[in-house]
Amino acid sequence: MIRTSRGERIFDFFNAVIMVLLIILTLYPLLYILFSSLSEGNRLISFNGILLWPQGFSLEGYKAVLNNPTILSGFRNTLFILVVGLVINMTLTSFGAYFLSRDGVLLRKPIMFFIVFTMFFQGGLVPFYLIVKSYGLLDSLWALILPTAISTFNLIIMRTYFMAIPKEIEESAFLDGAGHFTILFRIFIPLSMPVVAVLILYYGVGHWNSWFNAMIFLQNQDLYPIQLVVRNIILENDNASMLGTTTLVQSRDVAETLKYAAIIVTTAPILMLYPFLQKYFVKGVMVGALKG
Amino acid sequence: MLKTRLGKDLLRNKWLYLMILPVLVYYVMFHYVPLYGTIIAFKQFVPAKGIWGSDWVGFKHFEQFFSSIYFFRVIKNTLLMSFFNLLFGFPAPIILALLLNELKSPRFRRITQTITYMPHFITLVVVAGIIRYFTLSDGLINDVIAFFGGARISFLQQPESFRPIYIISEIWQQIGWGTIIYLAAISGVDQQQYEAAKIDGATKLQQIRHVTLPGILPTIMIMLILALGNIMNVGFEKIILLYSASIYETADVISTYVYRKGILEFNYSYSAAVGLFNSVINFSILLLANYFSKRVSKNSLW
Repeated sequence: MIRTSRGERIFDFFNAVIMVLLIILTLYPLLYILFSSLSEGNRLISFNGILLWPQGFSLEGYKAVLNNPTILSGFRNTLFILVVGLVINMTLTSFGAYFLSRDGVLLRKPIMFFIVFTMFFQGGLVPFYLIVKSYGLLDSLWALILPTAISTFNLIIMRTYFMAIPKEIEESAFLDGAGHFTILFRIFIPLSMPVVAVLILYYGVGHWNSWFNAMIFLQNQDLYPIQLVVRNIILENDNASMLGTTTLVQSRDVAETLKYAAIIVTTAPILMLYPFLQKYFVKGVMVGALKG
Repeated sequence: MLKTRLGKDLLRNKWLYLMILPVLVYYVMFHYVPLYGTIIAFKQFVPAKGIWGSDWVGFKHFEQFFSSIYFFRVIKNTLLMSFFNLLFGFPAPIILALLLNELKSPRFRRITQTITYMPHFITLVVVAGIIRYFTLSDGLINDVIAFFGGARISFLQQPESFRPIYIISEIWQQIGWGTIIYLAAISGVDQQQYEAAKIDGATKLQQIRHVTLPGILPTIMIMLILALGNIMNVGFEKIILLYSASIYETADVISTYVYRKGILEFNYSYSAAVGLFNSVINFSILLLANYFSKRVSKNSLW
């Protein structure tokens, strides 16, 4: 039995209090948005103070979201970017990681340097914009997929993981006549599911949350991904002309809850998915930090 | 000799090289070509002539930036934003990691971790939205102020409140995620040292100060070097979602200035020059921080 001293008990008590406060501070802004999205618009507008429960109960905001053509097309575009983007991300990242984890390849070191170099030296926003433009990618969803096809950070995480796979596995597969593509897709990837899961999460969250590239590369509103649509809805208050002709023609009350419902609908999928992958994070962050 | 060796290697590992080919194409197209494109900082970029065909103008754009009234303002704002962010934002996850480590109940600890990691995954668009709604003159924070008899303030229109808003929201979003690396470092501290400290009668706080903190110091130093290397990189995404002309005075940093001048006002060459200036300073600071850390604490990036 370890006896806990008085001082230690006081410490533990205050520590627990601090943690509870932190949890409240972290969750409240999110709950505020949730409560607002479920409230009745007119009551929400006249409400003052700390919202602890929805004001009335109404799903009008969510109905408005699901009937809004801009938001629906935003979801479609984001879904396309997510699916196509992830396939490209994972394919290229695993190709790179596999190559960089092979022994006995003459150009491995120079290529590694060539890739890591880009983590320290980048062209900057304007040259990047002009180059993407010069490739003819403006006003195309490919402008949101190709320029972010590989994250060097993620590539290195995967490479480190591949390096830890015992050489014997690869050698015996070679003896059985398997080629590199077979070894990568049939052996390495299945053996690396934790890291594959983390990278899908990192890339996926990146696609889902991104809006800036869409803002600079897209003119056509039909191509806007969901976050750019949400941004315009949020800014609509002080900048009513933002949405142009497709502006949301709804009553003020519905417009009020629609903002919150749109936020919930776009944020909830990630927040519900991530706790399941949480156990893999530490590995991903650690490996990245060691090599980065 | 080299040629034949390389030729043999290419032939022998042809499938591997085939695999890396699209990866290399990606890096050339989206990293090296833009990197080379920074030469427009020394040119007068004209869209009709393109990047390669435009005329050279030497350091004209740099001189223009150094003598502009914005030079001092954006540098000051960038440095102040970074400084305060480092001052409050850097220790925050370390303190949280130390406290999390002392939690007795693994379940409570896991719940706290899960919840505090969450904001990291929320897009800045939504974070900026929450900040807007909370700081409106009829928003939550002002309702509380008014309840206590204070006057309502439209925070996002006040130059002096922008930095606190930026930094508090930054801590809110990143404090939990930032603990991961420190928690991993803490779990690597030798348990016998705690036993020894307890036998010597050390209190909890003394154990943290004399055992845990020294144990994770190398990690802290590495993270500090990396943070210092980013001191001139205040991201523009959150700022351009929140700022307005009325608070440029404190909110306009180098990256937002580059964005406005380049993308919105089409001063491509000028803006590229400002961006290049920024990267050069940044990399120099990283080298300097790494050098000092190597000298002082034997911790370095390479």
